[in-house]
Amino acid sequence: MKKNVLIIGGGPSGLEAATILKKFNYNVILVERSSILGGHLAKWDRLFPYMEPAKETLDVLLSNIDGITIFKDTEVNSINLLDKSYNVILSNGITILADALLITTGFDLFQAEKKEEYGYGIYEKVITSAELEEYFKTLNNNKIDNPKKIGFVHCVGSRDEKAANRACSKVCCATAVKQACEIKEKYPDADVYCFYMDLRMFGRGYEDLYLKAQKDYAIRFIRGRVSEVSEDINKSLVIKAEDTLSSKPIRVTLDLLVLMSGMRPSSGGEKIKKMLNLMTEDDGFFSTKDSIYSLQHSKLAGLFYAGAATGPKTLPDSLHEARSAAIQIHNYLNN
Amino acid sequence: MIEFGFGISPSSRINLDDFDKEKWNKLVQIEPEILQCISCGSCCASCSGGVFQNVSLRSAILNIRNGKTDSAMELLKGCMLCGKCTMVCPRNINTRNLILSIYKTYSEK
Repeated sequence: MKKNVLIIGGGPSGLEAATILKKFNYNVILVERSSILGGHLAKWDRLFPYMEPAKETLDVLLSNIDGITIFKDTEVNSINLLDKSYNVILSNGITILADALLITTGFDLFQAEKKEEYGYGIYEKVITSAELEEYFKTLNNNKIDNPKKIGFVHCVGSRDEKAANRACSKVCCATAVKQACEIKEKYPDADVYCFYMDLRMFGRGYEDLYLKAQKDYAIRFIRGRVSEVSEDINKSLVIKAEDTLSSKPIRVTLDLLVLMSGMRPSSGGEKIKKMLNLMTEDDGFFSTKDSIYSLQHSKLAGLFYAGAATGPKTLPDSLHEARSAAIQIHNYLNN
Repeated sequence: MIEFGFGISPSSRINLDDFDKEKWNKLVQIEPEILQCISCGSCCASCSGGVFQNVSLRSAILNIRNGKTDSAMELLKGCMLCGKCTMVCPRNINTRNLILSIYKTYSEK
């Protein structure tokens, strides 16, 4: 009889792991709490650093899901650890006896309104990086009305003890630089500013993207955190920051401000954590068995992680983890 | 009038709304490499003039971008055009040429 593997979370990691586990001839069940598969990828327009359409990657992931049992709009109601398996009850009433569990619950975006000083939800022309991405997809957002001056604030809800998140969210720098180029493409006459603490362009091709942003798109990078945003009588935004390179306060009036929301542990993951008493680190993301060799293992036998459930990751990193988790699960079930 | 010794110190704040885009665009046109500066400080660290005088290409570029062109020119006055900064610039900017172009653009009143 085929063994059951239950995957919780239908984002890129969940889909990629499901595909591989199916090829290994397991009975794969995937649970997704929303009505769409693909997680954040499904909401994205283009991907850094080479501007590939997100849809192409998503289509590849979705092209291999035949033969996988997928429950959308379904949550996990309870999980009980039995002797050598997990008894999982879903919100649609179905009970699954899983020989292995893979948690791919990913991340939620930091709620930008919590950084009240940036005025999200208060001033009309302040939007989040996710909203800008949606605009690139749909070209429909009444807050974006032929802006002449546009700003990006890096590290919103990241590297910020006041936002209860000391950690770096890893992908926002590259996303900001990508989006800055894209908005400049849409509005070539606009001045575009990026307010950063330091640019973490660590991946292959990222530094090239940064150079392109400077050279070809004339993006102005200002090293300093925005301290506060206010609105003037014309509904324009007045930004105050420190230009730490010249040690002077800086002020600029903008028509649009984009907040680079960081990554927080997903609420779906929090629910699973409580059900099984799973461990998390200070950053709120799941603890792995160790930090170098066993990144897909949890402390519980038969329970594995992949993707941003264990901390901020780029899309390729998440896909690698999904493949790695599939192999680790295969090894576990054959031992 | 009696002097009470009170005064108002001028604001040191950078206001990007007052930035002279026209001159800047002119400079960028003849010297597009200025856009590539990452403010690393290699130019200043290798500057012989900077040991004795207040010479700083890094700060000069920054000052221009912040609309403080007079202080930028001041920071390049002591440059001897030796070209050491050109040899070390990690972004491959022809710094010597850039310094001359900055002079050309911003000494025209």
